[in-house]
Amino acid sequence: MAGNVEIAANLNPRAEAASILESPMVEIDRLSLYYGPTRALKDVSMSVPKHRVTAYIGPSGCGKTTLLRCINRMNDLVDGVRIVGSIRVGGTDIYDRSVDVTELRKRVGMVFQKSNPFPKSIFDNAAYGPRILGVKSRSDLEGIVERSLRAAALWDEVQDRLGESALGLSGGQQQRLCIARAIAVEPDVLLMDEPCSSLDPIATARIEELMLELKNSYTIVIVTHNMQQAARVSDYTGFMLLGELVEFGVTRELFTNPRDTRTEDYITGRFG
Amino acid sequence: MRPSLAKTWRSGEPLIWLTGGALAFVLLLVAGLIGLILYNGLGFFWPKDVIRLTLAGGKIMTGQVADREAIPGQPGQSRIKLKVANRDLYGADFNWVDEAEIARREYPPDVAVIERTEWGLLVGTVKEIRDGDAVVATGSEAGWVEVRTRLPEAVRVRAEARRIETRDIGAINFAQEKIRLRLKSLDRKGVTSGPDVEALQQEMASLQVRYTEQARRLGELRKRQGASVVVAADAGKEKALPLAQVLDVYFPNRMSGPAKAWHYAVRVWEFVSDEPRESNTEGGVFPAIFGTVMMVIIMSVLITPLGVLAAFYLREYATQGPFVSAVRIAVNNLAGVPSIVFGVFGVGFFIYIVGGSIDRLFYPDALPTPTYGTGGILWASLTLALLTVPVVIVATEEGLAAVPRGVREASLALSATKLETTLRVVLPAVMPSILTGLILAMARAAGEVAPLMITGVVKLAPALPIDGVWPFLHLDRKFMHLGFHIYDVGFQSPNVDAARPMVFATTLLLLGIVVLLNLFAINLRNRLRRTYATVAV
Repeated sequence: MAGNVEIAANLNPRAEAASILESPMVEIDRLSLYYGPTRALKDVSMSVPKHRVTAYIGPSGCGKTTLLRCINRMNDLVDGVRIVGSIRVGGTDIYDRSVDVTELRKRVGMVFQKSNPFPKSIFDNAAYGPRILGVKSRSDLEGIVERSLRAAALWDEVQDRLGESALGLSGGQQQRLCIARAIAVEPDVLLMDEPCSSLDPIATARIEELMLELKNSYTIVIVTHNMQQAARVSDYTGFMLLGELVEFGVTRELFTNPRDTRTEDYITGRFG
Repeated sequence: MRPSLAKTWRSGEPLIWLTGGALAFVLLLVAGLIGLILYNGLGFFWPKDVIRLTLAGGKIMTGQVADREAIPGQPGQSRIKLKVANRDLYGADFNWVDEAEIARREYPPDVAVIERTEWGLLVGTVKEIRDGDAVVATGSEAGWVEVRTRLPEAVRVRAEARRIETRDIGAINFAQEKIRLRLKSLDRKGVTSGPDVEALQQEMASLQVRYTEQARRLGELRKRQGASVVVAADAGKEKALPLAQVLDVYFPNRMSGPAKAWHYAVRVWEFVSDEPRESNTEGGVFPAIFGTVMMVIIMSVLITPLGVLAAFYLREYATQGPFVSAVRIAVNNLAGVPSIVFGVFGVGFFIYIVGGSIDRLFYPDALPTPTYGTGGILWASLTLALLTVPVVIVATEEGLAAVPRGVREASLALSATKLETTLRVVLPAVMPSILTGLILAMARAAGEVAPLMITGVVKLAPALPIDGVWPFLHLDRKFMHLGFHIYDVGFQSPNVDAARPMVFATTLLLLGIVVLLNLFAINLRNRLRRTYATVAV
């Protein structure tokens, strides 16, 4: 799947590995996931282009978060999960036995639905990843912390109180701190699991702005409940239903001219 | 009326009164208990006035009023309990006097209360001071002046004599015992002569010379103390008290308020810093404080790592299932086992098996005298550790369960391993819970008596578990404990009446220490909570 392969945006997700006009960062191939006997993902195939924002939408329980968590293997933590198929990040099959999970997570960062800063200072939160990777010198850490807080548009608000507890920040600030913490280790891909679901509209707008900036440096995959949000920030959107990727394509196409009736029903609000 | 009654009940008002009443009742009980202890414990040290009663029959009694009660069966009549002291002269410390018999009450200013090293208080008027057989001062005033000039010297000499006895002679004894054991060890190997034995015997002889020298110094010191104070008590009785035995002399009837307060403070300080006298009914309780605190510290050092590690395995690594649930239930129930059962286990396992083995392996020369094969502070602490470790495990487990999953996932998603997550995120977050467990464990341990009585606590320990002799920390030593001290003074003392205030004072002290330990730990926990709060927004 190297190079730019031209396939129209109205591709069938269950055909060959889905592909788009651009160079892919994450390629998912016939991925199925079982929680015990339950099949939570059904033969999902698609690819996420580099330096773009890709969104998954769909009703609750459709498997979009599960799919997201497959990309950095967070599902490994859940007992009784079995995965069939493959995911390649930057060309490497991440479910290959030789792959070190911590190496993978260095390249694929994650921001969670509920902001979850560590009960430590703002500085220590942003410096957590680099410290895990072995950065020890204070000046190096200071540089990384400032750079990542600036990238997350938080620096101006917190530069005077880096030593204070991260839990003293507002919800939106906490979520931006989590983004800063994730990008402090310079990942290739940033996974965001409904990052704005517990934020007010103003904080949400800030995070959305931030995503548009961050996509210049990172490949972003976002799961969202909010179709308007997907429409605003993403370049590509996938619609999932009951573990299936029903439709995947350029965002504007998907919202204005859905190929599948189920997609149409969902985005027009007939169910979901 | 029925519907309205039901209505009242449904309004919730009666339940509020019921719950509030229950709480008020409990608070009242606690306040009553603390009040009783405070009143009896704090009053003990106040220098009470000495009253002189002239009875209808002409008999004179001098002493401090200890109690007053109605005479059973004779309404309107009361009697007072007079602490006449002078146990060696009268045979008893206390006397009951019917108030109806009292003809005259007065507070003579020249009555002295003398604290001495033996026989409890001496109450009476100073008659004369003698040095050897010569009288150097007569009368209360001149006598008091003389006592005041001579007392500091007597105190100094007593301290010096005590230093020689405990430190110098004690060190010699210790060294001699070591040499004796080495000789015995050589003897067991069949070496009864030769250079090694001779060297040891020589060393022994030189120690003996040093001992004789110290004993001579002690004798000289004692000889220098020829002065004695003659005190006249009631019924024409007299006591010639060697000044060496006098601890303090005061005249409560002419002391001003501030002077009494100062005296009070001095006595409180003596109580917490001195060693006990008179089979624990007089003097201080310092060795018991020391023993209690040290035992709790040793126990904390043992249970914190053990309990935390066990809890981490149970919650973080063990596969949750019926077996782990059974273990959890067993651990919870362990905290409810009667403490004496732990004591019996401590004796059977720690002292006889572990201690006995240590003795056979490392101290065979001292046998049949046990070194670790008998009660000691280590075994008492270990027994209490068994008793309290479930508390730490349960508290830590609850803390671990409360660490949000999101925080762990965030760490893992930042490419941390499970170990790194545990050490850098989970452990700091669970720290306040660990301390909570430790607080509960410490409070329980400090108040426990039953298992200690059979694993190493004694009525009177000859030496503290820490001293200046190598290896400084003597974990094999027996020790004193405040809880046991209360039991001993209150119920095993030959002179219960005189010792009763001491029981309350010791109880107060024990309460104080438990509160202090708790305050320290709570303060630490709150500080940690501020730093590591895991409040998820």
